[in-house]
Amino acid sequence: MKLLTGNDLGSGAVTWWTGNGWSIHVEDAADVGEHGEATLLAEEGARRVNAPYIIDALPTEDGPRPAHIKDRIRALGPTVRTDLTLKPADPAAGDWII
Amino acid sequence: MYKYDNYDQAMVDARVAEFRDQITRRIAGDMTEDQFKPLRLMNGLYLQLHAYMLRVAIPYGTLDSRQMRMLAHIARKYDRDYGHFTTRQNIQYNWIKLEDCADILEELATVEMHAIQTSGNCIRNISSDQYAGAAADEVTDPRPWAELLRQWSTFHPEFSYLPRKFKIAVIAASEDRAAMRLHDIGLELIRQDGALGARVFVGGGMGRTPMIAPEINPFVKADDLLSYLEACLRVYNRYGRRDNMYKARIKILIHEIGADEYRRQVAAEFAHVKTLGIDPPLAELERITAFFAAPAYDAPDVEPDRNDPDFAVWLDQNVKPHKQAGYAIVNISLKPIGGIPGDATSQQIDVMADLAEKYSFDELRVTHAQNIVLPYVAKRDLYAVWQALRDAELADANLDLISDIIACPGLDYCSLANARSIPVAQKIATRFADMDRQRDLGELKLKISGCINACGHHHAGHIGILGVDKKGVENYQLTFGGSGAEDVSIGKIIGPGFDEDGVVDAVEKATEVYKALRQGDERFLDTYRRVGLAPFKEAIYG
Ligand code: HEM
Ligand code: SF4
Repeated sequence: MKLLTGNDLGSGAVTWWTGNGWSIHVEDAADVGEHGEATLLAEEGARRVNAPYIIDALPTEDGPRPAHIKDRIRALGPTVRTDLTLKPADPAAGDWII
Repeated sequence: MYKYDNYDQAMVDARVAEFRDQITRRIAGDMTEDQFKPLRLMNGLYLQLHAYMLRVAIPYGTLDSRQMRMLAHIARKYDRDYGHFTTRQNIQYNWIKLEDCADILEELATVEMHAIQTSGNCIRNISSDQYAGAAADEVTDPRPWAELLRQWSTFHPEFSYLPRKFKIAVIAASEDRAAMRLHDIGLELIRQDGALGARVFVGGGMGRTPMIAPEINPFVKADDLLSYLEACLRVYNRYGRRDNMYKARIKILIHEIGADEYRRQVAAEFAHVKTLGIDPPLAELERITAFFAAPAYDAPDVEPDRNDPDFAVWLDQNVKPHKQAGYAIVNISLKPIGGIPGDATSQQIDVMADLAEKYSFDELRVTHAQNIVLPYVAKRDLYAVWQALRDAELADANLDLISDIIACPGLDYCSLANARSIPVAQKIATRFADMDRQRDLGELKLKISGCINACGHHHAGHIGILGVDKKGVENYQLTFGGSGAEDVSIGKIIGPGFDEDGVVDAVEKATEVYKALRQGDERFLDTYRRVGLAPFKEAIYG
């Protein structure tokens, strides 16, 4: 599957295209299939997101898992500071990245 | 320390107001990211993996307690309660919101700080010796010169759009603590027949094409220095390549035309520039120098009581001789075992500010090795300083040892990274956690970069580690034999790369080879240089 991702204009936070908006949770990300480029251009034009790009991901039971480690780190947060990730209470969350 | 005059303050304040307006227009949607990006970069605001990142300049790594407290305040109020001190003697905040940025810069401006020229193809923050003004081995204090260069280079209209970024380091001691020859221009202040001047090295750098700067002039008189540098920059500005970002640094120009031809062109340009009268009048130099007058030393020359063994170890490792009897230079390690190199919490930053105010004539330094220095501590106060540092978990006695690792943010924070740097640093430090073992290995400079840009100085590591992307998997190349000190050299890749645990094992094996082969008081680097790569390679790849 393919996901559209970028950084939020105001907060800089990593965001994922959900099909009708943006979410900071990769679990909410929608498969953009072949339509990613059009959405990317429209959203960039609407100036809601910075530096959007399309990535490959694998669908899993827990939601989409980005193919590249960089995007998995983007999705969760720094592996060296679990307290600063989106899942600070889950010490094993980092395993998902590696 | 230098204090802003009205011009300095007015310029910085105007810049904050201008950027506030630009941010407002960007948020309102009046500007595209393509239009906004160069503007935000001119104010130190990058977009990194998880958020905007703000890089704040610390000119020649020098700051006072008021400024240090402001850095803690920014971390607490606008970021996530910590900051990252960098190899360029600056600080970076990793979780900045665009809408807060103007307020942050406004607060910084109240303590004479800013983020100008921390990005872009201009002359960047000038770096210097962290022991400036305190070092027993310096011929003069390099800070007035660094300050002069700061004033000359800030908003220099001709050098705001160079072919590529430009980094200058100034030192004034024979021991090079600033990796001077790995800068675009490195200046070593010296005296010749009583006259002050500089040896000028041009065209060094790390990144994808590491080069050691050749000496372009063995002695430029102090009175000619700005004109000479102006000429160096002009030749680069005219002939440096703008067609290829990877060949745009001055090191490539000098490599291509040769040091002799570059020297000839600079001499010709200098003859012209010297007629323009840009070297400052003596009175201006004296005005700047007066800000850096020696503090009012008054402590008796007493040796500290070494009864507490932990304190004694720290004294031997982290405290360095001072040019003033009765005083010492204190190095505060930001490298706790298993911690993140260069990170400090707001609370720790405040503790260091308090200690500077109370015990170091209100001054601190940031080092290119990502540590902090209290430059003027009376020996009678060393024990009290150490106790306060220990209580704040800042008393690691590992300066220049294997766990005093330089590491760039790597893939945990940086959008250009190929691999993570910090976890490798943590694993190595943890593997060598036994301090007796570290001290037995002696000085061993280990430096890690998460990609070829070499922000973590891996080329200059006695042991260097470079993160690469091997088909989507993190992989690490090892280099041996680099040095950023006066015995400057570029490390060589030893062979095929490793995974994260593999590279930790390989480092450990290398230290075993060193222990088996060292003679006398040779450091790792010395043994490697004497025996060559073969025995190390055999042990590691066997
Ligand atoms: C996270 C944001 C950062 C970005 C986007 C970044 C980007 C870069 C790039 C592109 C280069 C290569 C420049 C060239 O060769 O033309 C470079 C070099 C460098 N950076 Fe960074 N960097 C970042 C963070 C840091 C940090 C945190 C440090 C200090 C720990 C640092 C210190 C340096 C140094 C010392 C160099 C080598 C300069 C040379 O080429 O000689 N940078 N950086
Ligand atoms: S070396 Fe590469 S990974 Fe490390 S901070 Fe610099 S650009 Fe980022």
